[in-house]
This record gives sequence, C-alpha cells and structure tokens, in this order.
Amino acid sequence: METKRTIICTVCPRGCKIDVTMDGGRIKDMKGFTCKRGEAYAQAECIAPVRTLTTTMRIIGAGLPVIPVKSQSPVPKEKLFDFMKAINSTQVKAPVNVGDIVLANACGTGINIVASRNMPRKDMTARS
Amino acid sequence: MTIIKADLVVIGGGPAGMAAALEAKKSGLNNIIILERDKELGGILQQCIHNGFGLHIFGEELTGPEYAWRFIKEVEASDITCKLNTMVLDISPDRVITVVNQEDGLIKIEAGAIVLAMGCRERTRGALNIPGARPAGIYTAGSAQRLVNMEGYLPGKKFVILGSGDIGLIMARRLTLEGVEVKMVCELLPYSGGLTRNIVQCLEDFNIPLKLSHTITQIHGRERVEGVTVSQVDESRKPIPGTEEYVECDTLLLSVGLIPENELSKESGIQLDPVTGGPLVNEAMETSMDGVFACGNAVQVHDLVDYVTQESRVAGRSAAEYVLHGQTDDTGTIHTVPGSGIRYIVPQQIRRGHGAKLFFRVTNVFTNTSIVIQCDDKILYTAKKLKVAPGEMETVELPPEKLAGLDGALTVSLVPNS
Repeated sequence: METKRTIICTVCPRGCKIDVTMDGGRIKDMKGFTCKRGEAYAQAECIAPVRTLTTTMRIIGAGLPVIPVKSQSPVPKEKLFDFMKAINSTQVKAPVNVGDIVLANACGTGINIVASRNMPRKDMTARS
Repeated sequence: MTIIKADLVVIGGGPAGMAAALEAKKSGLNNIIILERDKELGGILQQCIHNGFGLHIFGEELTGPEYAWRFIKEVEASDITCKLNTMVLDISPDRVITVVNQEDGLIKIEAGAIVLAMGCRERTRGALNIPGARPAGIYTAGSAQRLVNMEGYLPGKKFVILGSGDIGLIMARRLTLEGVEVKMVCELLPYSGGLTRNIVQCLEDFNIPLKLSHTITQIHGRERVEGVTVSQVDESRKPIPGTEEYVECDTLLLSVGLIPENELSKESGIQLDPVTGGPLVNEAMETSMDGVFACGNAVQVHDLVDYVTQESRVAGRSAAEYVLHGQTDDTGTIHTVPGSGIRYIVPQQIRRGHGAKLFFRVTNVFTNTSIVIQCDDKILYTAKKLKVAPGEMETVELPPEKLAGLDGALTVSLVPNS
C-alpha cells in the first residue's frame, strides 16, 4: 500500500522539503532533495529514523539531584520512551565524570548512556 | 572596607566570561578575576542539556554542559581567580567594582579593565500583560528548564507553551519525554522563531500542534492554572474576536523573548542600543565607558554559543591590550547602519583602520535575497541567500583592507534577487 509523506531536511539551514512515496516499508520515489546528504537523511528518516537522546538521571550524593546524560550514539526513534523508562529507573552515585557510562547497553540495544558533566561528591544540604 | 586590585575583572562566568578571561590570559594578562553569581561556572549552558553546541568551535556536536566543561577545565587549570556565589552591586566611573559574597563580605575591586558578560534574562508574563489572576503554574521556559534539568522537578502535568522560539520548542520535547502532556505551542507571528531542526525534532516527532498567528488572551484559575484561552491574531497581531478556544492545562510556559541583562551597564551610564538592548560596542567590543568591554548575550542575544565564544575572545584580547598598552589613539569611527530588511548590527561602530566581524539579524523571513554591504557608494560585499530569517543570526567578516580610507556610514541591507 502506497503512503506519501513530506520530510523537512535538517542537515543544513536550507530545510529542503522532500516528498517521499513509500510502499510496504520501502521507498518507491523521492523528490525535492538538492544534495546527497539530504537524500541520505530522507532515506534514514523513512526507513530507520534515529535521534540522539539527552535527558537527566537521578544522582545521589552530588550538589544537585539530577545529572545530565546523553545516548552515546543515536537511538532508534521508536525506542525513545523505552530508553526514558530505563534511565528514569536508574540512579548513580557521585562522583561521576563527563563521559562516564551511567547505564550500559540500554534496552539491550548496545547503546550506552553517558554523563554530560562532572558531578563531584557534595553534601546537598551544606551551605556553599 | 577591603579593596583589592585586579588587571581584569570579568562579570559573569558563563561561556562568554570564560572565553574572555582565557583569551585575556593568553594575551598576557595575569591578575584576572571572574565574578559569578551562581554556585558554579558554566552559565546557562549547565541547564541546556540538549546537543547542537560546538559545531564551529570544536567540530563536534556537544551538549551545553559538555561545551561549558571545555572552558571550565581550562579556567580551573589556570591561575584565573573565580569568585562564585558573588554579586556585583556597582561599577564606578573609574572602574571600582563593589562586590558581595559570603566569604569576602562587602569588598571593592579596582579593575584595570572590565568585561561585562552577564548574559540575558527572559521576558515575563507581566511584560505581556496576559489577563487573569495570579495562579501558580506560570513559568518562563528557561525557569522551567532549570527546574527540570538541574533541580529535578516536574513543574506540571499538562502544558501549553506560548512562543515557538528554541527554548519553548526544546522544553516541549523535554517535557514530553518525561511523560507529561504538551498540548500545543502557540506562536504570535506567522512563522516560528526556532530552528527548523527543532520544529521537526521537538514538535513533529511528538505530534505537538504548532499554532502560528495565535496567542493567549486569558489565563484561568485562581490558586493554580486551570486553562488558557487561545485566540487567533490578524496581520497586526490583534486577537480576532470569535476565534477564542479554551484549552485545559495546569501549567503555562512562556518563551517570548530574551533581553540582554544590563542593569549594571545602565547604572554605570554605559550607552545602550535600544534595538539590541545591549551596550553600543565597537569592533573591539569596547563600550562607551573607558576600559569596559562587553560580550555574549549581554550585548546581543545569540543563537549559537560558538559565536558567543568568538565574540568574547575579541573582548578578552581587547581588554588585555587596553591594560597592557593603554587606550589607542582616537582616529575616528565609522558607524554601521541597518538598511532595508536589517534589524540591527553589532558592532555599532568600527574604529578607522580596523576590520570587523559583523553580526546582524533580519527583520523578517526573506527568500531569494542578497546581503549587500556598502560605504560611500562603494559596494564592499554581496552574498546571495536562498533564505534568511530573524531567528538565524548572520555574520560577515570585513578585513581592515576592505574598510581602509572609508568615511561615511557602513550600511548592511537586503536586496531582492532579480
């Protein structure tokens, strides 16, 4: 069954509108892209869209209650909420350093979640 | 009262202040102090946990905190003094700064030069005069971002967002990922102020409606927000009677504009540009006050922190040169003038004999147009642009040779392509 959709490319500021016709999960036709990168982007968007996930995770013993984290590589778009659930069910203990893996192999995808900043051990109730 | 001396005092320890201080150090200054009101360096970047920072400066896509860390690391490894949890109360005409914190109490710092890097603040509900009582549950998008990303709070369960600038869009995604409902984003103008990438990845990805040419005309609820009235607006941005729609929600986020923070600048008598809201500066990022420089969002609201870093390095270098070599001779200045389609230009002045990196914004979305820079009837630069938008700052570098011998005003304009 044929489906049509329009994708706005986000690779460069031009934002070309690309019209894609799909049939049963395969791309039948694609027009509107003006470069190879846009073509590749539209293909990925239609077949296997991915997004880098950035969020926070609970941390114990640091100066703040949450630490910013990110997926080490882009996550399949349909798994974003599964990742969020996994991350929100996890805690880390200070100290944590930028780049440290806070959740390995999230949702069995092989994608690690890493810390985006340092958080040394600190008593949150102490006056700075 | 304790009085200490410093070659350079940088007010603000975010990306702008850190880049300026580090560049001043590299340029040969030694006694440098950064004054920061928060409990850590990094400024607004610490709450910007999304990625997209650093493509120009580092060639990588970093999150805000990662970008901040690149600079915090260098500052901590240097002998630059950082006073955290510190507020600046006053700057005297001869650059004596009155400062307060818990450790030092109330002290004065005599500065050889000053760099203003206070960043910007958000426009609030009071400034918009949205009718209604004062229920709990109304936040600026940036305040909500801090609460979610640093303090670990969820401000509500059902959101409406006013303003389609990047902060509003980013928060729409952030909140949706945390499992709450974002019912819509309303935008007063007929176009969004945010990057297309954010429209796609923050709204379309989650089927959050974007209502262009819409605004909020009433907030309902006494103790807590219960809902908002959304109305369509006409070309003059006036609500159209009969288009009102009640939307149930418990939290309203306002992403309706950023204003350069210049209370200190105003009190010190530094001249501000009414369009940018920041100080008038020359190509060295020097303000109208001797030995006082400015950079970052305090001068003009930036879209990319990479440009903040570039601009701030100029300020830091200039401040160092001022302290080491004194004020350069006054050979006159060329004024930059926004022409057709241009809202403002930074710097507003260029000293004769110098080149400049111009930053400017356009007044509207234009397609198939050209940027034309001219002075004394001489065209200095043209560039064809498929599309320009107010939400995307443009930049053009003019080397000193291009500006040599020029006398009159330098205008930047948009000219439609034939």
